[in-house]
Amino acid sequence: MARASETRAAYLFIAPWLVGLVVFTAGPMVASLVLSFTDYDLVSEPQFVGLDNYRRIAADPTVLRSLGNTVFYTVLHVPLSLAAALGLALLLVRAGRSSGVFRTIVYLPVMTPPVAIGAMFLLLLNGQTGLVNEALALVGIDGPGWTTDPAWIKPGLVLMSLWTVGSTAIIYLAALRDVPRELYEAARIDGAGGWRQFRSVTLPMISGTVYFTLIVNTIASLQLFAEVYTMYFGNDATASSSGDAALFYVIYLFQQAFQFLHMGYASALAWLLFVVIMLITLVQVRLARRRVYYEGG
Amino acid sequence: MSATDAAATGQAAAPAAARLPDDRPARAGRRGPRVPGRWVVRGAYGLALAGVSVLFLYPFVWLVSASLKPRSQVFDNALWPDVWAPENYMRLWEATPLLTWLLNSAVVGLAAAVSVTVSSAVVAFGFAYFRFPGRNVLFGLVLATMMLPGAVTMVPTYLLWNEVGLASTQVPLWAQNLFGSAFYVFLLRQFFLTLPRDLFEAAMLDGASYWRMFRSIAVPLATPAMVIVFIFELRASWTDLMKPLIYLRDPDLYTIPRGLKAVVDQFGQGGEMQWEIVMAASVVTTLPMLLLFFFGQRFFVEGIATTGRSGT
Repeated sequence: MARASETRAAYLFIAPWLVGLVVFTAGPMVASLVLSFTDYDLVSEPQFVGLDNYRRIAADPTVLRSLGNTVFYTVLHVPLSLAAALGLALLLVRAGRSSGVFRTIVYLPVMTPPVAIGAMFLLLLNGQTGLVNEALALVGIDGPGWTTDPAWIKPGLVLMSLWTVGSTAIIYLAALRDVPRELYEAARIDGAGGWRQFRSVTLPMISGTVYFTLIVNTIASLQLFAEVYTMYFGNDATASSSGDAALFYVIYLFQQAFQFLHMGYASALAWLLFVVIMLITLVQVRLARRRVYYEGG
Repeated sequence: MSATDAAATGQAAAPAAARLPDDRPARAGRRGPRVPGRWVVRGAYGLALAGVSVLFLYPFVWLVSASLKPRSQVFDNALWPDVWAPENYMRLWEATPLLTWLLNSAVVGLAAAVSVTVSSAVVAFGFAYFRFPGRNVLFGLVLATMMLPGAVTMVPTYLLWNEVGLASTQVPLWAQNLFGSAFYVFLLRQFFLTLPRDLFEAAMLDGASYWRMFRSIAVPLATPAMVIVFIFELRASWTDLMKPLIYLRDPDLYTIPRGLKAVVDQFGQGGEMQWEIVMAASVVTTLPMLLLFFFGQRFFVEGIATTGRSGT
């Protein structure tokens, strides 16, 4: 008796999420799959076209280009930003009493809206007048045209992304503080030096956190949009100046859906992205299972 | 916002039960006997910290400075303007419906934050307190949708709003939040699980309904965690560009990031090359978030720190 009423109450509590799951997740996923087999421009009725959209994807050089750009960026951005974040966290963990101040400082860029970041970095990365190249000139390096040279646009974006590593750094900082101090003492007694302690104590103890940030950052990186769209898309002049070098996958998807109103084709693109992200995540989870040290598990 | 975005940028909510990392004694300085060269090492650390701070702070100072320079000097990178041009802000004010954009962002942000906080708390309590058939499967689905890339449902969600005639309003920017957000549900549930069950048993004996137990016991205790959800979502909503780009056509409905994008397109690259206006608009867009951070810093730090723990 009590159980039945408890079950009813429980379902009432989770009802909002259940409705949301059907209306905003499961429904759209199925709809998107169905649409991917159609031609639909919002005006006329959807036309069933079978696998045409997927065949078009295979033949569309822009898909490959944008996917390539996205993967290229991700392969640079994810390892570099995780390493930078870990470096920062290792620095901050030793800052002692003043670590709160430094935590604030490294986190402020994370609060900056991506559109503002894009606008700022268009100037900061400017090949002729930008602050970045001005700083590089100080050490005798002739900086490239980060925002105009197709070969340097993505490295420029990676550089920009390092400004916002603060959120990952703070996740690492918390993980570092959770490492039991006795482990370091034991390692010291065994004669382990700084590097050895880092390799044998710190890294294994924070490996779960590192893999978590690896997976989450990869998924986000594959969907990069706002900063890049602000910098290189939205009016004709900027779009042509960057060529295709800044055309990331989600930007292409966005253009196909909301500028060209190719809803069917965009849905197929969305499913391809879904499959790619799932596969990459699966591989990462597999790797994590082998390499992550879980306490007591 | 989608859960993966949330997690990636550390915008997650988390139980306030998490310790403030700050409260622990500093590790430095208890290394035992004096080691020669210790001051050198300390000095090097100090320098590194100072260097890092400059790297992270400099762009802000540069931005504010550039926004106060006349057009001919925006590109000079001087930290202190030679000639001050505060009129840039006046010109921005005259050229754009700036106040409307700010108010739109505030309204949309509050609607998004309030609705997601309340709905996620209700759902999280359902998952935390009750044992019911299907619970584990459904909670597994919560976790699964956390990883779902937002771009996948972008098109059909637009079609849905288009179908009900709301596609060019601000409603799609927040209404989905009425149904809870997987990430916040997950983290609030973690918090509710830490509440001792005896609290509820006593209320049960007094004949309180489940809703009253949620309202009068769980919610008051979970307030710090709910504040975390609230301010994270406020930030997520305030900074979002994608949804405003998809849905808003009328410039009077723009949120401030969408407005800033319009300013970039009109005054920046390929436009009129009046970068001082773009920089002033960037300052106006960013400032409220910096204020939010200063007031809610404790909650941000707790939230982010526990996000990481959720992964281990």
